[in-house]
Amino acid sequence: MRLLNRSAGRLSRHRRGPLAGLAVLLLGLLMTGGLYAAFAPAQADSTQSQEDLVKEGRELFLVGCAFCHGQNGEGVLTQDGSQYGPALTDVGAAAVDFQVGTGRMPMAQPGVQVPRKEVVYTDDEIDALAAYVASLGTGPSVPDAELYDPDTLSEEEYDDYVTRGGQIFLANCTACHNFEGSGGAMPRGGFAPNIRGVDPKHIYEAMLTGPQSMDTFSDGNIPPDDKKAVIAYLDTLNEQPNYGGFTLGSLGPVSEGMIAWLIGIGGLVGFAIWGAAQTTRTTEKKDGADA
Amino acid sequence: MTDDNTIEPAGDHGHGHGGNGVPDEPIANPGLPAHLPRPTDVDPQKEKRAEIQVAALFGLSAIFTVLFAVSYFTLDVGDNWSVFDVLNVGGSTVALGGTLGLSLLFIGVAITHWARKLMGDHEIVEMRHPAYSEEEDRQRALNDLKMGFEETGIARRPLIRNSALGALALLGVPAVVMLRDLGTLPGDKLEHTIWGRGGQKIKKVVDGKEVTVTVPLMRISRDAIGTPILASDLETGDLVNAQPEVLFNPERYSVELEEVEGVNLQINKSKASLILLRMDPADIKPGKGREDWDVNGIVAYSKICTHVGCPISLNERTTHHLLCPCHQSTFDLADSGKVVFGPAGRPLPQLPITVDDQGYLVAQSDFTEPVGPSYWERDYDRDRFAEDD
Amino acid sequence: MSADNGLTTGKVATTNGTEPASPTRSAKAAGAVANWADDRLGLAKATKGMSLRKVFPDHWSFMLGEIALWSFVVLLLTGVFLTLFFDPSMTEVQYQGSYDPLRGVHMSRAFASALEISFDVRGGLLMRQMHHWAAMIFIGAMMIHLMRVFLTGAFRKPREVNWIIGCLLLLLGTIEGFTGYSLPDDLLSGTGMRAADGFMKASPVVGTYMSFFLFGGEFPGDQVIPRLYSMHILLIPGILLALITAHLILVVYHKHTQWPGPGKTEDNVVGPPLMPIYMAKAGGFFFIVFGMVALLGGLFTLNPVWKFGPYDPSKVTAGSQPDWYMGWPDGLLRIIPAWETHLWGHTVSWNIMLPILIMPPLMLMVLIALPFIEAWVTGDKREHHLLQRPRNAPTRTAVMAALVTFYGLAWAAGGNDIIAIKMHLSINQITYFMRAAVFIGPVIAFIIARRWCISLQRHDEGKLLHGYETGVIVRSPDGGYAEKHLPISETSAYVLTARDRDEVWTPNGTADEAGVAAPGGKLAEVAGKVRGKLSEAMFADNVQKPTAEELHEGQHHAEHELHELEGQIAAGPNKHGSSNDH
Repeated sequence: MRLLNRSAGRLSRHRRGPLAGLAVLLLGLLMTGGLYAAFAPAQADSTQSQEDLVKEGRELFLVGCAFCHGQNGEGVLTQDGSQYGPALTDVGAAAVDFQVGTGRMPMAQPGVQVPRKEVVYTDDEIDALAAYVASLGTGPSVPDAELYDPDTLSEEEYDDYVTRGGQIFLANCTACHNFEGSGGAMPRGGFAPNIRGVDPKHIYEAMLTGPQSMDTFSDGNIPPDDKKAVIAYLDTLNEQPNYGGFTLGSLGPVSEGMIAWLIGIGGLVGFAIWGAAQTTRTTEKKDGADA
Repeated sequence: MTDDNTIEPAGDHGHGHGGNGVPDEPIANPGLPAHLPRPTDVDPQKEKRAEIQVAALFGLSAIFTVLFAVSYFTLDVGDNWSVFDVLNVGGSTVALGGTLGLSLLFIGVAITHWARKLMGDHEIVEMRHPAYSEEEDRQRALNDLKMGFEETGIARRPLIRNSALGALALLGVPAVVMLRDLGTLPGDKLEHTIWGRGGQKIKKVVDGKEVTVTVPLMRISRDAIGTPILASDLETGDLVNAQPEVLFNPERYSVELEEVEGVNLQINKSKASLILLRMDPADIKPGKGREDWDVNGIVAYSKICTHVGCPISLNERTTHHLLCPCHQSTFDLADSGKVVFGPAGRPLPQLPITVDDQGYLVAQSDFTEPVGPSYWERDYDRDRFAEDD
Repeated sequence: MSADNGLTTGKVATTNGTEPASPTRSAKAAGAVANWADDRLGLAKATKGMSLRKVFPDHWSFMLGEIALWSFVVLLLTGVFLTLFFDPSMTEVQYQGSYDPLRGVHMSRAFASALEISFDVRGGLLMRQMHHWAAMIFIGAMMIHLMRVFLTGAFRKPREVNWIIGCLLLLLGTIEGFTGYSLPDDLLSGTGMRAADGFMKASPVVGTYMSFFLFGGEFPGDQVIPRLYSMHILLIPGILLALITAHLILVVYHKHTQWPGPGKTEDNVVGPPLMPIYMAKAGGFFFIVFGMVALLGGLFTLNPVWKFGPYDPSKVTAGSQPDWYMGWPDGLLRIIPAWETHLWGHTVSWNIMLPILIMPPLMLMVLIALPFIEAWVTGDKREHHLLQRPRNAPTRTAVMAALVTFYGLAWAAGGNDIIAIKMHLSINQITYFMRAAVFIGPVIAFIIARRWCISLQRHDEGKLLHGYETGVIVRSPDGGYAEKHLPISETSAYVLTARDRDEVWTPNGTADEAGVAAPGGKLAEVAGKVRGKLSEAMFADNVQKPTAEELHEGQHHAEHELHELEGQIAAGPNKHGSSNDH
């Protein structure tokens, strides 16, 4: 995508010169003839499919997204000047892949924060949308599995990554997302969502793009390898058994206090009521006593 | 007390309110109801059944106790936990707790059931006696007390009384003084952090000669990762949880290792922890005297809440509002860290930053005011940059 | 009939069961052992003070304190096990234990040994969790026990001292819980210590010194955990044990209170004997409490320290709450506005002092003072051993309702972030709401509880005078409908009337009161007037039980109505067939 744009730019500068037309013609001939003949079938194919993808993405965009984000992703302002839908010109493919891939977009209704919900688009459609939005400007692309997938680590590496990732996670993420990724409250009705069991790719993309109110953790902030370590740690949290029994949502002392009262005290009071209750009485006499 | 088959009103038994025309009790105390037997008392079959139930409960308990021992020896802990796959729970804890719990519960239930169904169930009556002593005893004790005091002569000899009281009161002094060595005195420790180490001139012995060297300005490092941060590393919207580089690289700042490890590491972190945020420079409303405290929209604030000191890094990128997870104080990082919500009483201290010649983010100086929770001696007028409002 | 207990019990023996019907072999063996012991120790003499046949009345609400007692025993047992493995040192070590994700991380010995207990000691995690669950139940049980004692009037003379001991137990239990919460040195407990450091620093004049002395220098130092440890396992449990003993001795000495009922008076106590019924039930209940704690410990994760990681002053987790019993001051700390005063170079942090340093001690003092306030207002100097139903002391019940509402709202404010995410609300809105609710809520609760009690009293009076509602609707010949009421049983009627009539205290009520008031002069006079007004307000609108005449009249009237109704049934359309025959 970017390659195409850049070459187009270069061409346009040369067009201003007197020989531009000829140069363009020659270059065009050379390009289409020589290069195409030499090794281009695959590339042409991919260019073709990339173009198609963008086109397909644009169509999907116009139907599903343009109402809020504008015909060309330039964003829509409301009358009072607030954002109705933000501009998508520089968010990049990763942001689209995250927002649409986790079902947050398209939004069902405006609100403080868009919740995660069922994914509306197929993977191919998401790719198309991402390709279209990426074509609008700059922004991070969808990461390769190599960057985020903890399964690509060898076993010894994995342990190191988990330990390091745990420390990075506790330093950067738990403040909002809680010690087990259960999420937490943010100002004015916002919330940091539960991130347990989220696809590693989406976690990586979230760190990269900072969805909604989340800060970004760009590669200059937390290097890719350290992001992968965080994901590896989350992976162990998901994988490890609950050593101490059921976890009550891993929300910390509030849910624990509720269990102590409802099950602990409640159950014991129940036993107390049983123990002190009047036993059944009878007016019958012992056999033989009334005989 | 009475022999006419009635119970007197309860209030008349004591002492106090009697005799001011309490109306008659509407219903006389009918007395203890007749004792009725339980089914297990009259029906041998039911008695037998209850007996078997109780024994069965004890038996169940024994079974679970055995299961407890079996679980103890068969289920692994350590680095190879046995896991109950269906529930995805640690086998040892759940099995031991479950079996122990049930074995104890069954004993408890068995005993209670036994008491309810089979033990003698006649209620008996015991008479109460007032809590106070017999008048005679009370008088005797009071007399003894009085006599004792009189024999000491404490009322007649105020000199002895006062000197004794004074001497005893003074014994509080050792009790308080002895606590002195519990800790060092605060001094001005709360007013400084290790950020101030950067840029200091220190004396150092190099090749046997004492020379004065200037410590480089303190670089800002990523927390947990430990690498210093280039201003160009950060994109708009980035939030970095950061620490002074000296914690990871003490030699560069001529600091001994023990100053940044163990307890000293914890103490330093408890004051020096930092958050960096890169925002659109247009969003920043710099406070008076803080115009050059940011680097291209990168601002640095103390991570320690000014309320009770929780680390605070729940930032809303869109509003630059930073929320404390402990008590929800909210600070505006675009506006000198002012409190916009919650119990914190003063803004989050800002760290003036700049870049060094290699492009790394560094602190211009220490914080200009004490970080963390307020304390009695905290003097606003001594803040190196007093608040402008 | 036994003359000495003032009771007419008809054909029922009053003190039956002094001898077993037929001594069994095991009873004989027990007797032999007892003889052996008495020969040497004179134990039988001791049972003069507390007979083995001592009476304990049976009621479920009398078991609430027992939950607390037995969970304390569980705490001692599990706590001793934990001390065998726990090392309270704050020396830094590099973890090399079994829990992979933390291997290689630097941490304190205390945290490393907490991990060792959790992962390398079989049953260690269970014991840790049982200890913690038992602590939460211990304090919860003390609180519901306190409420039971208050609502039934069991705190009245002669039991005020035991009330004070109970309040101190609640305080000490809370402190004990907080010190224990801090020991593992995990992220959550460290965050709690950090807050405690902030609380201390907020104390005027001596704050920073308190903090530096507790932490052995600057926070977090390397001293605080060993110091809290010795308090947690030695000092506080020792005092707790002593106070619990005193509490129980006083229960034995005063004899347990009882609910009013047939045959029960202020002068007796009716119930099963200590040996064997009460002992069996109490002993059985110990196993039930122990078993319940073990089940909780085995089934529910509590404080998963391995996920929090070691304490690091730069880290924090969302949902950083204290244990539930510290939740209410934490809630006040969340909703207090940002009040800080700067005076002459000093800072006064009202935003910390009010919720933490002032409110909890104040609340405790209010609790301790409650029995004395009530006794002063009512002028009641009698001993009380019969309990009151909460409805029969509407103002007292309403006071507790107000206190509980305040507590509950502050407590909920302590979980405002969890409420926000679970109920999709804004923490800001919750906080604003709570700021008003902690003031308004208790007032509303007071009014509702009081009126509710009074209406229940009216309902009782209705049952006494008019009988109970049968649910049978009768239509009269002229088309009106009426419900048939039938008289309640004598026992139920007696239970409803077995309560004192409220007496309003007046400044010149009795001679000795007036005599006391006189020397005080003006101030005493004003105090007396206030007292009179309070006493009047306390009992205003209460429904008093009927006098004998009123009851008689009411019953007569009800009988008459019933008769009329039955006549109508006979005459009216309810009667099928030949109703005209009469």
